Amino acid sequence: MAEDFILEMKGITKEFPGVRALDNVDFKVRRGEIHCLVGENGSGKSTLMKILSGFYPHGEYEGTIIFDGQERHFRNIHDSENAGIVTIFQELALIPELTVYENIFLGHEIKKGRFIDWNETIAKSKEILHTLRPDLDPSRKVKDLGVGLQQIVEVAKALSKNVKLLILDEPTSALNEDDSENLLRIIKELKKRGITSILISHKLKEVIEVADTITVLRDGKMVARLEDRSQFTESNIVRYMVGREIEDIYPKRKKREFGEKIFEVRNWKAYDLRLDRYIVKEANFYVRKGEIVGIAGLMGAGRTELALSLFGNPLGYIVEGEIYFNGELVKFKSPSEAIKSGFAYLSEDRKALGLILNFDVKTNITLAGLKQLKNGLFVNENEEIVVAERFKESLRIKTPTVEQKVMNLSGGNQQKVAIAKWLFVKPKLLILDEPTRGIDVGAKYEIYTLMNRLVEEEGMSIIMISSELPEILGMSDRIYVMAGGRIVGELNREEATQERIMHMAVDY
Amino acid sequence: MVFLAELGKVIKKNIRDYGMYIALGVIMLIFNILTDGLFLSSRNISNLFNQMGYIAVLAVGMTLVIVIRHIDLSVGFMAGFLGAIAARLLRDGMHVLPTILIVLALGTVFGFVNGFWVAKIGLPSFVATLAGMLIFRGALLLFTQSTGTIIVTNDTFNQIGNGFIPDVLGKGDIHLLTLTIGLAIIGFYIYSEIKTRNNKIKYNFEVLSTPIFILKLLFISAIVFYIFWILANYNGLSWTFVITLAITFIYHILTTKTVLGRHIYAVGGNPEAARLSGIDVQKITLFVFSSMGFLTAISGILYTSRLQSAAPDAGTLFELDAIAAAYVGGVSAAGGVGKVTNSLIGALVMASLINGMNLLGVGISLQYIIRGGVLIAAVVFDIKTRSKIS
Repeated sequence: MAEDFILEMKGITKEFPGVRALDNVDFKVRRGEIHCLVGENGSGKSTLMKILSGFYPHGEYEGTIIFDGQERHFRNIHDSENAGIVTIFQELALIPELTVYENIFLGHEIKKGRFIDWNETIAKSKEILHTLRPDLDPSRKVKDLGVGLQQIVEVAKALSKNVKLLILDEPTSALNEDDSENLLRIIKELKKRGITSILISHKLKEVIEVADTITVLRDGKMVARLEDRSQFTESNIVRYMVGREIEDIYPKRKKREFGEKIFEVRNWKAYDLRLDRYIVKEANFYVRKGEIVGIAGLMGAGRTELALSLFGNPLGYIVEGEIYFNGELVKFKSPSEAIKSGFAYLSEDRKALGLILNFDVKTNITLAGLKQLKNGLFVNENEEIVVAERFKESLRIKTPTVEQKVMNLSGGNQQKVAIAKWLFVKPKLLILDEPTRGIDVGAKYEIYTLMNRLVEEEGMSIIMISSELPEILGMSDRIYVMAGGRIVGELNREEATQERIMHMAVDY
Repeated sequence: MVFLAELGKVIKKNIRDYGMYIALGVIMLIFNILTDGLFLSSRNISNLFNQMGYIAVLAVGMTLVIVIRHIDLSVGFMAGFLGAIAARLLRDGMHVLPTILIVLALGTVFGFVNGFWVAKIGLPSFVATLAGMLIFRGALLLFTQSTGTIIVTNDTFNQIGNGFIPDVLGKGDIHLLTLTIGLAIIGFYIYSEIKTRNNKIKYNFEVLSTPIFILKLLFISAIVFYIFWILANYNGLSWTFVITLAITFIYHILTTKTVLGRHIYAVGGNPEAARLSGIDVQKITLFVFSSMGFLTAISGILYTSRLQSAAPDAGTLFELDAIAAAYVGGVSAAGGVGKVTNSLIGALVMASLINGMNLLGVGISLQYIIRGGVLIAAVVFDIKTRSKIS
């Protein structure tokens, strides 16, 4: 008996000026399965899904799409949704000021005559939510929900459209462990109801947990289609993704000697006027020269808020406590003062807070340290290109030229540009907030290697905030754990384990 | 073949910028044909530049305001009010220079106050400057209440909007000083282009091939020469034209070559990222609004001088003309995009339309409708070409 494929994409090729994003890709999804699509950033996963959803309309790519037994020529997202394909993008598409039920039926409102039938809308919303999260009240505003619940609203929205094929693009990258597990449970639940899912994820553990089939893309080509669960191992998948064996995800490190304390924070508190509460209740910690200090904790523990309040406090919290930098008591009134003293902060949200997306690579790299390129009154633009080329080379930023707009780069390369911006100001202390979020294994490894080089060879000190415990354990010399706005524990590299950190992070 | 291929590539890459110039050229040629050569006559071109001066200056400042994602609606009546102050000071016997300095200082302060509401207090610029518009309108009415229109009798002051630079080099039919300045500008342009190119070659960067480069130099030099030739055949350069060009040049250098300029565009491109990169967003906002106020003062002086009087309704709708000019010139409300030189061209396009239609005797009602259509067409062209390139 022939296998029942709900989706067959054959010979898909898509070219952008200068790059072939997809090269003759065959992608088949069985009806009712959970199909995971993995690959490094820039491998073509998102492009493939954008073709499927009609974002790139028929005619802008080569190849055929057969969905539900029919050849399809989607001209836009509306077409694909009518056919039963719904995509949940990484950046959620909800309206914060509207309620859950308004969001669920946004764009396909239930009408009675000419007007919206709100009673029916609410009833239907309850019915859909009942299977997902019975405790979620559909009359709440979306802005009051956490990211985890917002994801569930997205799923509910998809279900309200009679979805046959659900595409989830990195749905768990912004979720904590609990919410991730909950979402994966829901996806499995949907499978029982006959809904097919395509899951794009960098988190291989969850891929292995839920997948029936795994397709691996590399450099725009399909390199593997794994159907046998015995092949579902991290090392196996990673091998296909990068085309080589990664023996250790974390690079080798030299034996380190630390200098004196370069940065110390005492009795630090930060109060958010808008939220009317302390977001940092108590923080005491220090960093030594040449040291990588990890700050672990769950979402909402206050790690990013702590970093921002120290880095010139751009959000205007009311802060108290002392910062000692190079042995001196300092007060930073703005990020620019912090930068001048040799303190840099890489934001967790590179698109919204780190980069200027419609500026080119070189302008982004020199943004924070532009004064160094001053020649009299003017910016030395030739020197600027030289600087940018140097970083392009040393950080291996993949871009045709340094005059390429940053929005056209893949996530990993954007992150490298954001890091280059900070390296150009030659900081003594660098805070990296989720430095590897949403970037692929190869780029991660390069960033880890770079971090080690910075502390070992250039004597920089690094504070790394991360939600990924293996990363914290693999990279840190010392680890602080944050929970509920407090630093609740400190662990040496030798004594730290995932279990000990988790215990501190939840038990406060 | 290689030559043509490169030419095609260069044109394609810069189609958005060139599109503006081509549109301007086409508009001018059409009017010239329809008016039997009257439009491009020396006298009319000279007039045209004088007519657009006070809007062009505003458009330059407005470009920066829109680049940092704000708007300034107060500039029209602010210009009217500042012009009235100038007229009153002159009537009361003050000399020209202190009058101008006082007005420029006041304009900068007014602009700073607008910036203060926006940057420090967090008012939306639309609201803050709408309030400013009402206040300046009221102030202008109050100021001219007892006198009505204030007539300016000071000849030196009136020269600014009506006079021409003296021809110190000769007294023939052709204005020699104007021609000399034109040639000097061409010389400076060629020199700086060659210097930039050599510098790039020194760094081993890609440059235009020699034939294309020469073609570009010749083309632009020819256009500049033609403009100055036309003007030299009439009364020469007007003071208004000199002031407008000087301001555009200074702002062009400021925005493209300096750290401050880069920071302005960074704040427009992504204010959050700019702030976290150590850029003082408040300071930039204050600067941009103050500079807008300063340029508004210049605009007010140009307008008052041109009319030799300050009327109670002076400045009506200037702000919208300036905003339209900036948008025709390709500035984007999304922030971070827009060139002051293109806004100058935008102002020239709009002024050419008005001037040309007046020559043709098109009724005022139809003029407004056509200007609206051109504004839409220009922005549509801009959006379409932008999405294709990026």
